[in-house]
Amino acid sequence: MKSIEDLKRIREEAKAKMSMRIESDYKYRVVVGMATCGIAAGARPVLNTLVEEVAKHKLPVSILQTGCIGMCTLEPMVEVYDKDNNKTTYCLVDSNKAKEIVVKHLIEGQVIEEYTVGQYKK
Amino acid sequence: MERIQVLVCAGTGCTIGKSGELIKAFEDEIHSLGLEKEVKVLRTGCLGLCGGGPNVAIYPDNIIYRGVHKEDIKEIVMEHFYKGRPVKRLMLNEADMDKKEIHDINDTNFYKKQKRIALNNCGVIDPLNIEEYIAADGYFALAKVLNEMTPQEVVDEIKKSGLRGRGGGGFKTGLKWQFALDEPGKEKYVICNADEGDPGAFMDRSVLEGNPHSVLEAMAIAGYAIGANYGYIYIRAEYPIAVERLKIAIEQAHELNLLGDNIFGTGFSFDIELRLGAGAFVCGEETALIASIEGERGMPRPKPPFPAHKGVWGKPTIINNVETFANVAQIILNGASWFRSIGTESSPGTKVFALGGKIKNTGLVEVPMGTTLREVIYEIGGGCPNNKAFKAVQTGGPSGGCLTEEQLDTPIGFDELVKLGSMMGSGGMIVLDEDNCMVDVARFYMDFIVDESCGKCSPCRIGTKRMLEILEDICEGRGTMEKLDELETLANTIKDTALCGLGQSAPNPVLSTLKLFRDEYIAHIVDKKCPAGVCKDLLRYEINPDKCRKCGLCKRQCPVNAIDGVLGKEVFHIDQDKCIKCGSCMKACHFSVIERK
Repeated sequence: MKSIEDLKRIREEAKAKMSMRIESDYKYRVVVGMATCGIAAGARPVLNTLVEEVAKHKLPVSILQTGCIGMCTLEPMVEVYDKDNNKTTYCLVDSNKAKEIVVKHLIEGQVIEEYTVGQYKK
Repeated sequence: MERIQVLVCAGTGCTIGKSGELIKAFEDEIHSLGLEKEVKVLRTGCLGLCGGGPNVAIYPDNIIYRGVHKEDIKEIVMEHFYKGRPVKRLMLNEADMDKKEIHDINDTNFYKKQKRIALNNCGVIDPLNIEEYIAADGYFALAKVLNEMTPQEVVDEIKKSGLRGRGGGGFKTGLKWQFALDEPGKEKYVICNADEGDPGAFMDRSVLEGNPHSVLEAMAIAGYAIGANYGYIYIRAEYPIAVERLKIAIEQAHELNLLGDNIFGTGFSFDIELRLGAGAFVCGEETALIASIEGERGMPRPKPPFPAHKGVWGKPTIINNVETFANVAQIILNGASWFRSIGTESSPGTKVFALGGKIKNTGLVEVPMGTTLREVIYEIGGGCPNNKAFKAVQTGGPSGGCLTEEQLDTPIGFDELVKLGSMMGSGGMIVLDEDNCMVDVARFYMDFIVDESCGKCSPCRIGTKRMLEILEDICEGRGTMEKLDELETLANTIKDTALCGLGQSAPNPVLSTLKLFRDEYIAHIVDKKCPAGVCKDLLRYEINPDKCRKCGLCKRQCPVNAIDGVLGKEVFHIDQDKCIKCGSCMKACHFSVIERK
C-alpha cells in the first residue's frame, strides 16, 4: 500500500462483494417469486440473472425472494418496488426479459409495459 | 456473485453455543442443494443478542435468526434460501413479525432505539478480513489524518467532539491527548486498555472480536496525534478469541502496510504489540496496567505524575479504553459536530452496555447518551422475565451502585449517574428483580473486591475484608445495628483514603444499597429475615400441618432426608437442623402448603 489511491481501490473491490450488507440506500427492491410454482417455471435462472446483472452494473438495488405470489400460471414473476413502495409486477419472465428489465427499468427507470401483468392476455 | 450472504456470529457467547459447527452445517446443506454459487456463509462479530444465541444474520433480507442449532439448518436452507420463505419460528421478536412483509431487524424493538457507532461494523463485516473493514471506510480516517491534518488538528478535532473516556472515569479524551502532545521528547506510547474486569461486562471483548481493526486504526491515529510510534494493547488472556482476532488483524494490517514503517508513504511509522494480562481487576487501573506491561507486579502508584507525563518506561503515554478508541475513526471521518449531534451536551456520542441479570434480552446494546434507563431496560431489554417485579439496576460494576424504579427516567450520562450515587462505569448493566437480596448483592461485590484487592494500601486490603466480614455476618443472621454503623464508617473511610480509583470506589455498592435499601439491611439484622428469600441462614421452610395432604412428595424430593411423616396417615414435618434450604420440597408440593419464612 503506497497511497490513499491503493486504499480506495481495495475499498471498491471489497464493497462490490458485500454491498448487500453495507448499502441501505436502495433505489429499487426486486422480489422474485420462488415457491414451487416459481421454481418449476424457471424462476431460479431469472433470479440468478438479476443478481448477476445488478452486480455487473453496480446498481443500488436489493434482490429478494418470496414465496407464492398467487398467480402460479404466470410465474416466473418479478415484482419491482420503488422507493415509495410503488409496485410493478412482471410476469412470465425469463433470463432475457430479466436482462431487459435491469436495463430499462432499473437503470433507465422505464417500466416495460408489455411484460407487466396488466398487459397479459390469454 | 451470490444473492444471499449468511453471517454466523462468532463472538464468545455464540461460540459457546456451538456457532462454529453451524458454518460447516450451512455449507454442507447448501452444497447438497447445489446453491454454492448463490449463497455465501461468513462469520461475523457480536450481533448483540447474546442471551438468545447462537445468532445468524441473513442479507439482503436483514433478518436475524436466534437460537439456531444444527437441526435447524436444513429447514433454513430449504425454506428460506431455496424457496424464499423465511423461517418465522426462529426470527427475532415474533411480536413484530406479522405487521410487515419484510422483517427488517432495524424495525424490531431491540434495534430500533439503538445507534451503533462503536459497534457499527460488529455483525456486518467479517472480522478476519481486513478488506471488509476497508470496504466500510476502514483506515480512511488514518489516511485522512496522515495526509491532511497536523497532530494538533487531530487533537483539536477530538477535543471538539467532546469524547469522554468510556472505561468508566469519563475523562476528556482530547485533553488527555493534548497533555501527551505537549510533552517534549521523541519516545511516547499509546496504550489500549482492554483489561475489562467488571463482573458481567463484555463490551470491549465484543468490539475486539467483531471489529478489531477499528481499535488498531484509532491507536495509529492517536500515535500520530501525540507523536508516538509504538502502541500496546493490554488484554486479558481469558479473552482467547479476541486475542486471536487481534493477532490476525495486526498481521493483515502489516501486510498492507497500514501498520509498520512509512505508512502511506508519509514517513509516519507505527507498530502495535499485544500484552496479555493474567486477569487481575486492578490492572484495569492505568498505573497498575503500566506496571504490568513493564513486567512488574500489577499495583497502582500514586498520581501525579499522570501517565501522560510519565507513563510506561517513564515516557509520556496515553491510555484509552477499547470503546473510546472505537469512536475515534468515526469522529475523524464524520467530524466533531456530527459526533456532538448525538447524545447530550455533557456526554456526546453513544455508550455500549452489557445488559445482564434478570432481563429478557441479555446482550449488548449501544444507545445514544441521554436515552433513559427505562428505555434501555424495558423497550430494548424487554423487562424482567417471568413477570417478576423490577427492583433495581446495578451500573458501574464493583465501583458503581444501584438505581431504583423511581430513578429509571434519568437520562444516561456520566454526570447524571454520578449524581444519583452510581456511575456509568465501563458499561455493565445488571438488572435485579424481586428475587434478589440487596445485602447479598453488596456482599457479592465486596467479595469480588476482597479477592481482587492488590494489597498495596491498607484501607483497601484490610478495610474491604472487614466490610465483607460484617456483610457476611448480616447475611448469616449475626448482624447488629452497631456493626451496621461501623460498616458505613468503614465505607466512607476507605472512600477517602484508598490509594487508587478502584479502592476509592470499592465501597460504592455498599453505600448505594445502604442508602436505597436500608430497610432490607434492618430486616436482616433486627427481624433476622431475608425479604427476598436469598440468604439461606435466615430462611425456614415449614409445612403447614393443617393443610398437608400427607402425600409424601416432599419427602421423596428432599436430598438430605430432613422430612418425616407417614404416607396417608401422618402430616409431614421438616427437621430444621437437617434442612439445607434448597427449596426442593416447596417446588415439589402440588398443594402449595410449604411456606418459606
